[in-house]
Amino acid sequence: MAKLHVSTTINGEPVEFLTEPGESMLDVLRGPLGLTGSKEGCGSGDCGACTITLDDRLVCSCLMLAAEAEGHEIRTIESMAEGETLHPLQQKFLEMAALQCGICTPGVLMAAKSLLERNPDPTETEVRFWLAGNLCRCTGYDKIVRAVLETAADMREAAR
Amino acid sequence: MNVISNKWIGQRTIRPDGADKVTGRAAYSADTTMPGLIWGKVLRSPHAHARIRSIDTSKAEALPGVKAVVTAKDIVDFPLDKPVMLGIQDMRWMCRNVMAREKALFHGHPVAAVAATSERIAQEACRLIEVDYEVLPHVIEIEDALKPDAPILHDFIKFDGKPSNIAGKLEHKLGDVDAGFAEADVIVERSFTTRPVHQGYIEPHSCLVSVSGDGKATIWSSSQGQFMVRAMTSLLTGIPQSDIRAFPAEIGGGFGGKTIIYLEPLAVVLSKKSGRPVKMTMTREEVFRASGPTSGSMSTVKIGATKDGRIVAAKGVFYLQAGALPGSPIRGAAGCAFAPYNIPNVHSLGFDVVSNRSKVAAYRAPGAPIGAYAAECVMDELAEALKMDPLELRLRNAAKEGTKAAHGPVFPRIGYEETIRAAMEHPHYSAPLGPNQGRGVASGFWFNAGGESSAQVNITEDGNVVVTTGHPDIGGSRASIANITAELLGIDYRKVSVLIGDTATIGYSNLTGGSRVLFASAMVVTQSTEKVIKTLCERAAKIWKIDPEAVEWEDGEARPAGDNAGKFPALSLAELAARATETGGPIGAGVQANTTGAEGGFATHICDVEVDRELGIVRVLRYTSFQDVGRAVHPSYVEGQMQGGAAQGIGWALSEEYLYDKQGRVDNASFLDYRMPVCSDLPMLDTVMIEVPNPKHPQGVRGVGEVPLVPPLAAVANAVYAALGHRFDSLPMSPPKVLAALEPAEA
Ligand code: FES
Ligand code: FES
Repeated sequence: MAKLHVSTTINGEPVEFLTEPGESMLDVLRGPLGLTGSKEGCGSGDCGACTITLDDRLVCSCLMLAAEAEGHEIRTIESMAEGETLHPLQQKFLEMAALQCGICTPGVLMAAKSLLERNPDPTETEVRFWLAGNLCRCTGYDKIVRAVLETAADMREAAR
Repeated sequence: MNVISNKWIGQRTIRPDGADKVTGRAAYSADTTMPGLIWGKVLRSPHAHARIRSIDTSKAEALPGVKAVVTAKDIVDFPLDKPVMLGIQDMRWMCRNVMAREKALFHGHPVAAVAATSERIAQEACRLIEVDYEVLPHVIEIEDALKPDAPILHDFIKFDGKPSNIAGKLEHKLGDVDAGFAEADVIVERSFTTRPVHQGYIEPHSCLVSVSGDGKATIWSSSQGQFMVRAMTSLLTGIPQSDIRAFPAEIGGGFGGKTIIYLEPLAVVLSKKSGRPVKMTMTREEVFRASGPTSGSMSTVKIGATKDGRIVAAKGVFYLQAGALPGSPIRGAAGCAFAPYNIPNVHSLGFDVVSNRSKVAAYRAPGAPIGAYAAECVMDELAEALKMDPLELRLRNAAKEGTKAAHGPVFPRIGYEETIRAAMEHPHYSAPLGPNQGRGVASGFWFNAGGESSAQVNITEDGNVVVTTGHPDIGGSRASIANITAELLGIDYRKVSVLIGDTATIGYSNLTGGSRVLFASAMVVTQSTEKVIKTLCERAAKIWKIDPEAVEWEDGEARPAGDNAGKFPALSLAELAARATETGGPIGAGVQANTTGAEGGFATHICDVEVDRELGIVRVLRYTSFQDVGRAVHPSYVEGQMQGGAAQGIGWALSEEYLYDKQGRVDNASFLDYRMPVCSDLPMLDTVMIEVPNPKHPQGVRGVGEVPLVPPLAAVANAVYAALGHRFDSLPMSPPKVLAALEPAEA
C-alpha cells in the first residue's frame, strides 16, 4: 500500500510523517512520533483516553485518520504544560488527587482544558456532561469534577 | 505503637509520580518500545466450547513477515491430576487459560499466537492458522450448568462422585442454625442473582518482552505484581526465575484483574523463537472477551431475628461462576456476607461453578460484594418486618471486639459500629426525599491482607532519601510511603523519592491486592527506616566520640540525648550523609518480611436514588460512604478508594452486565455496549473516614481499597426498593428491567 505524506503542526511544531491510508492519528502519535501521552483504552471512540485537539476541536485520535491531519493543527497532552510550568488544571489535579492510576488523565485534562476555554464558569452539570466521553474507572469522577470547578474559579480570579 | 507526631502522616501531599502522569510522560505498559520489536497477536476460539482436534500453522508460518508461531505445545503443561499452586492460582488452570489445550472452553479462548513484523501481518497470519474444531454443546448460565443434563466442561471434575460443573465447595459453620431459626420471631429468606461484571480498567493488558541469545528474558508489563509475572512466566515457559527480569510499568488500573497474566508467557516464547523483542497488546474487545471479569452469582440468604431485633441465625448459599476453569471467589461471598454481625448461628456455603465463559479474575474484594448484596438486602427486609430502622438493626447486631466471625477469627478492635453511628448522625440520613426517591443503606466487610513485602531505604550522598518497594502502585501508595518515611525521619516529604523496584532490584513482594500494599509496605519501610535512623545515630556518635545510646534522632537531625551526653551541635541528615564514607560507608537498610496483623475493614453506605418511571432509569442522587480506614496516611487517596469503589458498585448495581448470544459469544464487548458509569451518571460521592487504628500496625493502617465495593450493590438496591416498593432480586437494575417491573403497576 502506498504511504501518504502528511504535513501538519503538532504542539506548535511543523511535523511531517508517512502514513498508511487506514492508520489512525493515535497510532501515528504513539508510534513513529513517540507521543505516548495520548492513551489507547478502546480504539473505538468510547473512552476518551486518546483525546487531542484538532484546530481546537476535541477529537478522539483513535477515530481520526492520520491523513486527516494534513494542513491542520494538533495539540496533545505533551503541550499542556509550558516548559516547567504546569497548566493550572494539571497543578490542581495533583493538589486535589484527581487521578489514581492516571491512564485517563491525559484525555480528561485535554477535555477539561477545552471546556474552560469555551466556558470559564461551568456548572457542575456542565462539567459532568462535557467529560461524559472520558471514562475513568478509578476515581468515581468526584475529585476530577471538583478539580475542574476549582481550577475554573482560580482562573477567573486570576483573570480579574 | 501508633506513636506518630503527624507532620506528614495524614497530609495531602503531592504524589511522587504525579507530574509525570499529568504531563503524559508516565510510561504504562504499552508506552515502552525497543529497537527491532515485532508484534504479537492471539488467535482466539470462535466457539464457546469445542474440542481442538488439530492445529495447522504452516500457512501462517509461510507468510512473509511472520517470525514465530506458538500453540499450547510450546507452553509448559500442568497435568490435570496434580495441583500446582502459586498463591491462590492453580497452574493447571493458568496454563489452560493462557492457551487452550484439549478444548477451547470459551469464545475468545487463545488457541495460538503469532509474532510478525507488523500488527497487520500478525493478524493476517492468525487468519491463516487452520484449527480443526469439534464443536461441543456449551453452557453459559449457572442454573443451566447445574442441570442434570448440562454439558460437562471437564470430565475430571466430580461432585458427589459424579461428573459435574461444580468444581468446589466451601463451608463456614458456627453454632447450630436450625436451633437458631427455631428461636426467631421473624425470618426473611430470599434468592438473588447477579451478573458477571468486568473490572473495567481503562488500560488494556499489554507487554513488551525481550529474550536475549543466552535465554534471559526481560518483561515490561503492567500488572499488580511483577513477582507474580516472573513466577507465572517461569512456570509456564520453564525459564528459571533468576533468568527473568520483570519490570513493573505504570499500571492503568487493575482492581484485581491484573493479578494474573495472559500475554507474557506467549510473548516470551514468541521472542525466544524469533530472536526479536515482542510487543503484545489486547484490544478492548479482547479485554472484555478473555480477561477478568468477576463471577455472576445465584444465592439464597435466610436471616432470623427475635422481636427485639436480635439476629439469632443466618444461612447463605452462594453459587458463583468461575468461568471455564475452576476458581471463583466463593471465600469472599460466603465469608464476608455475615461478617459484619454478631450472629451465634451461621451456616454459609459457597459453590464454585464452571461454565463456558472466560475465567474470572479477582475484582476488588472478590466475592464479597456478591455475598453482601444478598445479605444486606435481606437485612433491609428484616428491618422492615421488625419495623425497625435499618441502621438500628445493624447497630444492635454489629460485630465488635471479641465477636467470633463465622469464617474463623475473633475480631480485635474494629470500627464497624463507628461507621453505623456516623451514618445515623450524618445529615444525609435525615435529609428529606421527594417523590419517586428512596434511600437505602448497607454495610460490608473485607478481610484485608498482609503477606510478603520488601523495602530498601537508602540515604543519598547529598542527604536525600530513596525508598524502593516491590508492590506496583495502583492508586497512590507511593505518596503514602513518602509521607511515612518523611514522618519517621523528621524531614520534608519532598526529600523522599519512592520507587517500585523490578524483580532484580528489590526482594520478593506479594501482589498489589487484598488491600495489602500500604499495610505491608509501610511495615517493612518503617522497620528499614528505623534501622537507618539507628545507623545515623551511630555515625553521629562516632563523630562525637560518644556512646551511640547517647544520641537521639529528632526533626531530621542527630542530637546528643540530654546534658550527660555532652554538648555538640546537631548533625543533619545532609551532614551525616556527606561524612558517610569516613564514618563507615553508605547508609541504608532493607527489610524483607512476611507481614501479619492485617485486620478486617468495615464500611456502611447511604444511597439516595430517584427512579424515572417513564424511562426506567435509576439515578443516584446522593451517596455517602462511612468507612473505618484505620489510619488515613494520605487522606485524598483513601477518599479516592472509597469513591472509586462506590462508583464501581453503582455500575454493578445499575448498568453493567455481560450479554451472551445463543452461540455463547459475548454480545457487548465494548465500552459502548458494556455500560460503566460515566461522569454525568454520578453525583459527588461523599466520604466520611473513621480512624480506628489497627493495633497491629506501626501506623495503624488497615487496608482501604476493597471494602468500598462491598456495600454499594445492596445500598442501591435498598434505595430502589424504598423508592418503588418493589424489590429487584437480580442485578443490574437496568432500564428495561425497571420498566418491566413498573408496567403492571402503571398499567
Ligand atoms: S482510545 Fe480513543 S476513545 Fe478510547
Ligand atoms: S485514574 Fe484510573 S482511570 Fe482515571
